[in-house]
Amino acid sequence: MTQNASIQQLGHLLNIICPMHAVLDHTGHIVHAGASTNKLLRTEDATGARFLEIFELKRPRRVSTMQELCAIDGVKLHLQLRAAPRTELKGVLVPLGDTPAFGPAGGAIVNLSFGISVLEAVKDFSLTSADFAVTDLAVEMLYLVEAKSAVMEASRKLNLRLQGAKIAAEEQAFTDTLTGLGNRRAMDQVLSRLMETEQDFALMHLDLDYFKAVNDNMGHAAGDHVLQRVAELMVAETRGDDTIIRAGGDEFVLVFARLINQERVSEIANRLISRLEEPILFNGRECRISASIGTTISGNYKMPALEQMMDDADVALYAAKRRGRGQHVLFDPSLRGGDSVVTMHQAR
Amino acid sequence: MHGSINRAIERFVRDTYGRDVWIELTKKLQLGFVEFEPMLNYEDDLTIRLLDELSRELSQSRADILEDIGTYLMSHANFEPLRRLLRFSGVTFLDFLHSLDDLQARTRLALADLELPMLELREFATDFFCLTVHSEQARLPGFGHVVTGLLRAMADDYGALVFLQHKGGRDGREIIEVRLLETAYASGREFELGARAG
Repeated sequence: MTQNASIQQLGHLLNIICPMHAVLDHTGHIVHAGASTNKLLRTEDATGARFLEIFELKRPRRVSTMQELCAIDGVKLHLQLRAAPRTELKGVLVPLGDTPAFGPAGGAIVNLSFGISVLEAVKDFSLTSADFAVTDLAVEMLYLVEAKSAVMEASRKLNLRLQGAKIAAEEQAFTDTLTGLGNRRAMDQVLSRLMETEQDFALMHLDLDYFKAVNDNMGHAAGDHVLQRVAELMVAETRGDDTIIRAGGDEFVLVFARLINQERVSEIANRLISRLEEPILFNGRECRISASIGTTISGNYKMPALEQMMDDADVALYAAKRRGRGQHVLFDPSLRGGDSVVTMHQAR
Repeated sequence: MHGSINRAIERFVRDTYGRDVWIELTKKLQLGFVEFEPMLNYEDDLTIRLLDELSRELSQSRADILEDIGTYLMSHANFEPLRRLLRFSGVTFLDFLHSLDDLQARTRLALADLELPMLELREFATDFFCLTVHSEQARLPGFGHVVTGLLRAMADDYGALVFLQHKGGRDGREIIEVRLLETAYASGREFELGARAG
């Protein structure tokens, strides 16, 4: 058998077992290329080309002669096409030896595979199932990638819908439906976050004055309208990151993060009161209310405790009511009952 | 029942008979929602009630509806990914027929909790086969009809001419007869490995 016939016979066998192969002669030139190798090189027949001029050997490095190639017998090769699209390949080379039973003397057989780059390669080279060996798992891998993508897409959509539902439910759980302000649950969350992060803040308790009269004389619709208008006013008179809570009926809690200046707090409170005293129109009739406010500031405590501060703000609020309503009172320890004040006077 | 099965029935009704028919159906069944989640699970009984109601509404037998669903799944653009997944199984229709034995395992690779019936192909002649559908595994009596519709559409897809007949069922198994009249009757639809990959 001539050497050429022997190479053809070998090539026929390799085409079935590993269609992306190349048979090299002793100078490192391709004497037979598999059908898929030709497709990869975009040629009818890659015979005659020098293997290392077409493929760059990335690992192991520093291999440039056929002798060096034959020395890396059986090692996993990382190759890359020198021409675009510079596809990365895996490969293995087996030298045929000086007196081979088949193939060219001093030559070698190289088998190639796409590895993970198979996803791009099927598109770049328009590969079909017939381009892969029957035993190759590439098509199964492509199947899995598509199946995974389809399932992930369905999962992603479900997650988006669930997330949307969660946000809506949370908003509902933290919002007062009449005014759109936060509710007590929202207040607890904001206050405990401020305490945990040890941020200073001013805590304001606000009670509407004469609101019951509006409700009694003009009906609940008027009352609801006033509450909505009050909420709008409070939002307009405060900063975006201040928290306004409708704590119940006509009671509100305002939390001003980072605000510890007493004059500034009083300014805000007095402006709120004067804005709330402006008549509110409902069906052409005037509703007149006012507000009493009690405030306490975390900076005034050695160790601020939430319960204590809530209680102190309440004490200040009732002092404001006692002093005739429509007023703002800043908490001071002397407000805590006359007894302790009296005791102090007696002690002098 | 896996939500993807209910979702497939839903899409079939919506795409074939329109949104109104579907919404009406959900009201009659008092579902309380109008869309099935393919990634959630539902009571088995719900799928049966859905099919019964659909059968009443359309005045068609459940078998006919199930077969239409099978054909719909393989031919409608909304389920193109599913058709592609099945086309991966074989280069020719004959290949595809032989790959049906692996369908259950292949499905599990994609969706571990989707229980499809095991399929068993027996070859009596090079052009005559019997496919056994173990429908009790899918907990959906009549699943063999879905498979019949699916095979019919896939034969078209490959351009093969086949004669299919559902031979009925017993003990949770259904038999489908497949006669392969011509493997390359028409040109079929295109399939490229890399069309969607990556």
